[in-house]
Amino acid sequence: MTGADVLLLALGAVAVGAGVLVVTTKHLVRAGLYLVVCLGALAGDFLVLSAELVAWVQVLIYVGAVVVLLLFAVMLTRAPIGVSDDLDRPGWPAALIGGGAGLGLTVLLVDAYRWSTVTLPAAGTAERLGEQIFQSWVLPFEVLSVLLLSALVGAVVLSRPDIGRPAPQRDDTAVDLIDSESGRRR
Amino acid sequence: MRPVIPYVTAALLFGLGVYGVLRRRNAVLVLMSVELMLNAVNLILVTADTTARAVLPHSGQVFALFVIVLAAAEIGVGLAIVLQLYRLRATVAVDDVPLTEPPQAVDGHEPAVVNGEAGR
Repeated sequence: MTGADVLLLALGAVAVGAGVLVVTTKHLVRAGLYLVVCLGALAGDFLVLSAELVAWVQVLIYVGAVVVLLLFAVMLTRAPIGVSDDLDRPGWPAALIGGGAGLGLTVLLVDAYRWSTVTLPAAGTAERLGEQIFQSWVLPFEVLSVLLLSALVGAVVLSRPDIGRPAPQRDDTAVDLIDSESGRRR
Repeated sequence: MRPVIPYVTAALLFGLGVYGVLRRRNAVLVLMSVELMLNAVNLILVTADTTARAVLPHSGQVFALFVIVLAAAEIGVGLAIVLQLYRLRATVAVDDVPLTEPPQAVDGHEPAVVNGEAGR
């Protein structure tokens, strides 16, 4: 066991432990905070695996943006702050399928790799990854930018209630608004 | 470096994500579990970049970056849907969503939406 193995083992244990807490905790906000721990440990894993750029993008986008969005959603849906007992659905099927998927994949991968060692390749710095993205993977990169734009437009359309409504209802609300305004003026 | 360690970590995280998606009732927690699964896939891709010698160097890490972008787009649209659901039904429990309800019933809730999100 080299130093990298020990680091990978420790960070993996932290990630899996935090993941267990994410799916079992009774506090909504704490689930988001445990998710931060899990994603941060995974970023450390990426660093040990010599994927520098992916690690920093993980910290920037996942810990910085996705978790903040999730916490915003927790607040906007007026989630209870304390312990809430109605977060879980009863049922063993979830444990059966989830445990089956996890243990099945574990057995498969352990059987495939046993206790073999590999030497780490050259570090995936921004320069090397940029070369690859803009030489070999330009088309997927462009498609992804179009996908991000369409996701942005889709989110805007979904969250605006006045898009795609029939016209008469809009007239009703306009009348209501005028009534309430004139009521205020009186 | 022994690649079996991050592979097993990723497999366990994926199983936890599947468990969370099936077990949780709150839609925000379901999205968090989906993030766990996506991160397990990222870890597999980055580890495979060290074990498999592909024709193009660093393909696994490039794919991991692409998956991160996809996850960001997914969480944006997913949270917009969850917030719209909360505005219409005042709940985010996924098993309270009737999938077979005719669209007329949704129109009945609309005045409550227009008058303020605290309606219902």
